[in-house]
Amino acid sequence: MMSRMHHLAPIVLLACGLAGCSTSPEKGAAAPIDDRAISSAEMDALDGARTEGVADPSRLQGGALDDPASPLAVRVFYFELDSSEVRADYRPSVEAHAAYLASNGGARVVIEGHADERGSREYNIALGERRALALRRQLVLLGASADQIRTVSYGEERPVETGSDEYSWERNRRAELIYEAPR
Amino acid sequence: MVLFRRYLIALFLLLPPFCIGPAQAELTIRITQGEARGLPIAIVPFGTQVPVPEDVAGIITADLASSGRFAPLESTRFPGMPQTLDGVDFAQWRAAGAESLVIGQVLGTATGYNIEFRVLDVVSGQQILAFAAPANDRNLRLTAHRIADLIFEKLTGLKGAFATRIAYVLVQETAKGKRFTLQLADSDGANTVTLLSSPEPVLSPAWSPDGTRIAYASFEGRRSRVYVQELATGARRVVSAEEGINGAPAFSPDGSRLALTLSRDGDPEIYTLTLATNEYQRITRNPAIDTEAQWSADGRHIFFTSDRGGSPQIYRVAAMGGEAERITFEQGNYNARPVPSPDGARLAMVTRVEGAYRIGVLELGGRRDFTVLSTAGLDESPTFAPNGQILMYATRGRGGSELATVSVDGRVRQRLNVPDGQVREPAWGPFLQ
Repeated sequence: MMSRMHHLAPIVLLACGLAGCSTSPEKGAAAPIDDRAISSAEMDALDGARTEGVADPSRLQGGALDDPASPLAVRVFYFELDSSEVRADYRPSVEAHAAYLASNGGARVVIEGHADERGSREYNIALGERRALALRRQLVLLGASADQIRTVSYGEERPVETGSDEYSWERNRRAELIYEAPR
Repeated sequence: MVLFRRYLIALFLLLPPFCIGPAQAELTIRITQGEARGLPIAIVPFGTQVPVPEDVAGIITADLASSGRFAPLESTRFPGMPQTLDGVDFAQWRAAGAESLVIGQVLGTATGYNIEFRVLDVVSGQQILAFAAPANDRNLRLTAHRIADLIFEKLTGLKGAFATRIAYVLVQETAKGKRFTLQLADSDGANTVTLLSSPEPVLSPAWSPDGTRIAYASFEGRRSRVYVQELATGARRVVSAEEGINGAPAFSPDGSRLALTLSRDGDPEIYTLTLATNEYQRITRNPAIDTEAQWSADGRHIFFTSDRGGSPQIYRVAAMGGEAERITFEQGNYNARPVPSPDGARLAMVTRVEGAYRIGVLELGGRRDFTVLSTAGLDESPTFAPNGQILMYATRGRGGSELATVSVDGRVRQRLNVPDGQVREPAWGPFLQ
């Protein structure tokens, strides 16, 4: 079981790349996260970072991480206005991710924190980080290792919705959990 | 409404390694409000004996108008188009309502041009300034801005800041996704040059006091880092790559240190970084958010945003650290991004007024008057011209983010935008040396 789970992280990453990573819990309303798929090659060119290829696509059989019915399918956590508290209804997903990380010591995630567009940009970077850290803290409390989780806050710089309205602001106040390929 | 179209001139010497050349998107400047209460001045189109690629008098006119201190006469009211003293009939100019008159000629030389100009006091009939300035195709616009500076200084007693540059962030949609570029332009938006192009966000450009370097935060590699880039060569280095936030850089007035925000100790705190030694010194110690540091003009204090009192407010701390003192009390429950005026007398900030985010200016001495200078709802990132007379900030227009300027008396407003991109995060550079 352990060794099988260990292979899931790269498979999930591939699935994300192919499917445009619709990580939103609300189906249909999911916006593709455009920076992810398009920029990796450019990033490589910029900073020399390399990401390795992942498992043979023929082995993509599905499993806990890419089962849409699994609590692990929730990768975007929305926040209330002026709040960095992880909502209670995300508890099953947070527990599932923590358990997955705890039982897959090689798995690594990045939590991106985001804010809505209102107010000052660097202050919003700080607000986004609070959200990322709140989610990280819960994952660690529930058994994940702190070493497995890196956080980065984009503040208002990476909105998924570009409107200036309540709906867009709600969608942009979020933390995204992204499984990384092992290096 | 007056439209001035600006054209690109590639300054190839300035292109850094990451540069993709001059941006396709050029800034267009538009006057949205101009109250004719400044000094009535007539700037006559300069005579030319050779083809001149720029309208020198037009650049001077636009500069002076943007300050709010001048009300240039429409050329339709000019009684004539004199280019030399012989052609000036002061009585006619008095009748036209001008108090000052600028005339000049652009002469061809072996290396370019010689711009001769005179400033005349129409009331007394006296010449108050006469000057000849050499120029070439590359610095013709800059020379026109320098002439505007001379005229501004002579007639107002204040130093002109038209021959200066701004840095800002341009975001464009491309076939491959968003592209973030750090741009440099003249203060009127002309002569854009790209300093950095990246698929990841770039923000918070900050000038070194001598105008030779720009610090900024960039998310290349999906991590925040603070870089310092030399403008002349494009060479840059990572100055801060700590765990968590690396952001909001600000050069100390002597250029030796950066104030910046790091969250490596668990929450955003203000640090100073001595650039020569790469040594950090932690300035704030509070579990709340502390960010957006800006040095006071004398370098003795650091202003910053903190929500330690429950909502974001402006605080001030000694640059060596110590107890922070709250600055904003009666300006509502959201005040952020403090930016001191160059003379230290005022503090511009983002303030929330009935749900709208606007630019407010707080007088630091005496009565602590607070003036809300902007009028839209998502205004941010204020920056003063180095003479303190114009405030630039980011706002929203019909096409998205654009830049706005307002004279500090609130009389004259302009917008700078690009047709196919979002412009934001303006940082007005120092006087050119």
